[in-house]
Parts: sequence; structure tokens; C-alpha cells
Amino acid sequence: MVERRPTLGILAHVILILGVLVVALPVYITFVASTHTAQEVVQRPMPMLPGAHFIENYTAALQGGSHGAGSTAAVGRMMFVSLVSALIITFGKIAISLLSAFAIVYFRFRFRMFFFWAIFVTLMLPVEVRIGPTYKVVSDLGMLNSFAGLTIPLIASATATFLFRQFFLTVPEELVEAARIDGAGPMRFFKDILVPLSATSIAALFVIQFIYGWNQYLWPLLVTTNEDMYPVVYGIKRMIAGGDSQNEWNLVMATAMLAMIPPALVVMLMQKWFVKGLVDTEK
Amino acid sequence: MAAISLRKVIKRYGVGAKANQVIHGVNAEIADREFVVIVGPSGCGKSTLLRMVAGLEEISEGEIAIGGRVVNDIEPSERDIAMVFQNYALYPHMTVFDNMAYGLKISKVPVAEIKARVDKAAGILQLAPYLARKPRELSGGQRQRVAMGRAIVRQPQVFLFDEPLSNLDAKLRAQTRIEIRKLHAELGVTSLFVTHDQVEAMTLAQRMIVMNAGRMEQFATPDEVYARPATTFVASFIGSPPMNLLTGLANGASFTLDGQTVPLPAPAPRNGEFTLGLRPEHVVAGGSGGWPLKVELIEMLGAERLVHGQLGSHAFTLRMDGMLTPPAVGSTVQLQLSAQHLHWFDVATGARVE
Repeated sequence: MVERRPTLGILAHVILILGVLVVALPVYITFVASTHTAQEVVQRPMPMLPGAHFIENYTAALQGGSHGAGSTAAVGRMMFVSLVSALIITFGKIAISLLSAFAIVYFRFRFRMFFFWAIFVTLMLPVEVRIGPTYKVVSDLGMLNSFAGLTIPLIASATATFLFRQFFLTVPEELVEAARIDGAGPMRFFKDILVPLSATSIAALFVIQFIYGWNQYLWPLLVTTNEDMYPVVYGIKRMIAGGDSQNEWNLVMATAMLAMIPPALVVMLMQKWFVKGLVDTEK
Repeated sequence: MAAISLRKVIKRYGVGAKANQVIHGVNAEIADREFVVIVGPSGCGKSTLLRMVAGLEEISEGEIAIGGRVVNDIEPSERDIAMVFQNYALYPHMTVFDNMAYGLKISKVPVAEIKARVDKAAGILQLAPYLARKPRELSGGQRQRVAMGRAIVRQPQVFLFDEPLSNLDAKLRAQTRIEIRKLHAELGVTSLFVTHDQVEAMTLAQRMIVMNAGRMEQFATPDEVYARPATTFVASFIGSPPMNLLTGLANGASFTLDGQTVPLPAPAPRNGEFTLGLRPEHVVAGGSGGWPLKVELIEMLGAERLVHGQLGSHAFTLRMDGMLTPPAVGSTVQLQLSAQHLHWFDVATGARVE
């Protein structure tokens, strides 16, 4: 049913515009703050139009070494750390989930249901719950301050396994049989048929998991003590010194803007695939 | 090319006391180059039997041999068979060409030969213009032909068809039926074709296996199945409308049905209780001294009319020429039987008695 009354249309637009403003205004203020000098940002009233120090501030943030009271590490390095971690987490999650869903759906092995439930139970144990023991393990294995330590504990994913399991269950049985008659072994079937068919689900998961990986805060806080291994989200926090110390808010805001770009890009570029992956039922 | 032998083939699901046996020892010898149709109602085990030949279902007991080689423990891909599935099972993300070529690629056939074989199959099936398309861009009939193409390019010893026509509309089905026959004449590959549609079975088969509840009821040519059904099940399953089956007491040249004695044109094999089968098209209405049929309903089908009525307590259907004047509804007509069209069956076992 489509309503076509003009007053309703106007009301809908007003609400939508208000919504956009609520979401966009903080981002805009962040952007404005990132283009002024530190002094201009802290004076009252705060400037509401972009200033003239855009290039200067962003270059300073990316290269680091400013004079703020907090961390002055180079944001460029942090972005790199974040990107690599997010990509490892994303691809690791997708690869492991695809394989475990494949095993659970297509193979009849002993304790199949036990493993199925074991994976299910990990849903109840997010990083925050098992953070102490996990830290102990990672530290004993000497993985602190490394990409391995930042990513491996976050790779196992029950959610993605279930998503793929549900998808695999909808793949017609005849397709499996046709592949068997064509002589495709299990891994060949997986590679040639199952993975290409899951392309849209993989794309949707890529978006979700990339943002999940990029936004990690608590875990990097624990396993990194070296500025070289700070991801950007945690790095922002480190740039802000507590108390009355003078922070370079312009650089903090520039870093925040920079930190927002990769996830935003991923969402924008993959939106079509993302939506298709969530709603598409075409087989 | 190869013959197929089914020797005491049994299929059961589950083990021990809870085992559920669905196929009860089927024996059949299918000759090289023969086109055999397995027909039966749903749940009779016909698809299971086919899938056992394909290697998609394990054989619980007995043996299946293809071309003299027992294949019980051989993988489907090694059995030298090709199968066409009911929903075609095309790989949705591959083009028509890749769908047909996939099996060959896996068996490492040289690229040039793959292309030659696919092109040839596409030519036979008139698929050449569609080779670059994806299955979803094709109509049902075209998809069905791709599925057949995929079977052809493998140049197998045996074709297996699992109700490949049931997703097509009536017109296309009739057309594809003819194409399959031509294809079989051209390629001469031993074929097993499963269907629940008796028209498909009658028109396609060189010989047909009629199955019911996991048992093979008859394995004969369509002519034979129609003219001499082996059991009451076959008699009622093949033929439309089905054969009229009347249970009564035969005594010499008379038959007692619901307490009413009527004359027989030829005596029963012996005296006693029998099920008598009469095909609707082998009974003529008219004259006097025949079997009294109370007419209840008449269906006009164009070339013919179906007259439904009551014969004692039995429902009875009679087929008559559409050009003839039909009897009035509510009237009673006299049925004349002909001596060579009486089918006698044992009441207890349902088996044909000569």
C-alpha cells in the first residue's frame, strides 16, 4: 500500500531531514574542528564554518610528532595497522566460517552435532567475557604487540558460520548430486560451486566483519603496548590526555575523520552487494 | 554402450529392527541401447531405484551391473553414466557452456575437445545461440535441454532421467518427448527414464517397468503391458480411464456379480472367484441380453465420450465414439463384452490368471 497524501509526504520528509541532521551534525562539527588550529577550536563560540588549516592538520596527524599532551604517534601507521588487522579478521572469519559450515552441512562425521553446538555456544562467549583467559593465552604465546595477537583471537565466528550454514542448506541437493556425477570431489565442489554461489553472502559478511574488525577497541587496548601497533580507533583515545592538559583537538578530530573513511568507503562501495547478500534468494 | 543388470536389488533405510525397506528385491535385465521407462505412483521407489543405478543411493542388498561391471562400490562419476534431474540442477553461476563443460574439465579432457563436444551437443539441442547465457536467463524448456546437453557431452554408457519433463508445460512436454526419442535413436545410448506419467511411459518406452510399493509389477513392452497387464495394479495404473475391475464368481460362461448373474462371451480360466478386468474401450453399449449399466454421468471429450454408471454395486466406465448418440442419463444400457478382451486376476494376489 502506498500513501499518496501530500501532507504525509511533507511530514515524512521533515522527519527524514531531522534524522539526517541529527546524524550528520556531529560529523560536520568534527570536520569543521579538524580544519582549524588548536586555539581556534577551543575558543567560544566554536567556529561553525570550515577553517583554512585542512591540509596542515591532516598532514600533521598522519605524520605524527605534534606537541599535544597525549600520544603523538603517527596516524598513518595506525591506519595501516587498523587496515591490516581488519582485513585479516575479515578474511580469516570468512574463510574459517565457510569451511566449518561446509563441514557441518555436507559431512557426516562423528560428533558432528557436538561440534555444531560447540560453535553455537561460542556465541554466548564474546571477547569481553573471555578476555582474561584469552589475554593469558595470547601473552603466553608471545603474541602481544603483533598482528597475530590483534587478529587471531577475533577470527572464530559463530555468526558467520551460521549464516553460511543457513545458505548451504538452501542449495538444492540435486546440485550436489550433479557435481558428484560430474566427478567433482568435495573440495572441488566447495571451490567451484559453493563459494561462487555464496558470493553475495560473502560480500555482506565482508562489510559487517570489516567494520567489526576496524572498530575493535577493547582487545587492542589490552594486547598492544607499543605505539607501532596501535589501531586508529584506540589511537584516538590515546591522543587525548586526561585532566586539564591541553589537547590538540584539531588533530584528534582530523584523526577521527580519517578513522571514519575506510569503513564508510567499504559500506558505500559494497552497498549493492551488501543488500543483495541479505535479501537475495535467487538460486 | 552397455546393458544394465539389476539383481535382487533391495534398499532399506535405517538399520536393525527400525529399518524401513522401500525396495524389495528388483530383478531386471536392461539390454544394450534399450530405452526403458520406470513408471509408478509417487512413493513407489522408482526414483530410489534410479538413484541406486546412478550411485547416489547405496545399495542395501543385491547387485547392479553396468556393462557387465558390478558398480555397487563405484563412485557415480566412475560409473560412466549421466543423469538429467527433475529440476535440472544446473550450476546457476556458470554459463550454459560451462555447465556442459564442467564434468569434462574435471576429467581433464583437452580444451579443444571440450569445445568440440559442447558445440556438437549444442548443435543437436539447438542451444548454440545461448552458450554464453546463465541458466536464469533461459526458459524452462531451454534449461531442460541444457541439462540434457550436460549429459550428452560426457558420452556416457547410460543415460538416467529422473522425471525430466515434469516441470514443463503440456505442449513443451509433448515436444520434448519426441526430441528425447529422436536423440535416443541418434545416439543409441542405453537409457533409464523415471516418470509417474503413464503417457510418457507408453510413448517413450521400448520396454517399461511398472512399479508399486517397492516391487516390480511388470517389465514388458508398452503393448504387452496394455494388452496383458500382469496384476490388478498394472491394470488400474496403465490406461486412462483405468480398467474396470469387477470381483465376482465365475461359473462356466456366466459371471455372478452382486447376486446378479450375467453371461460371459468366453468362460473364465476355471470356475471360482475372480477379479474380471474390462477396459472402458473394449465394451460396447447396445443390443439386449448384455450387462445392465445404469448411466449416471456422461463426459464429452471430443473424439470420444466417457459414460460413467453403476453395474450392480460397482462403478463402471465405458468409452464410446464421440460421433455416436450417447445413452440418456438415468437410463439402463446393455453392455456387450468381447471374448478376447477379458482379463482375469486372482482375487487374493491380484496376479493375472490365463
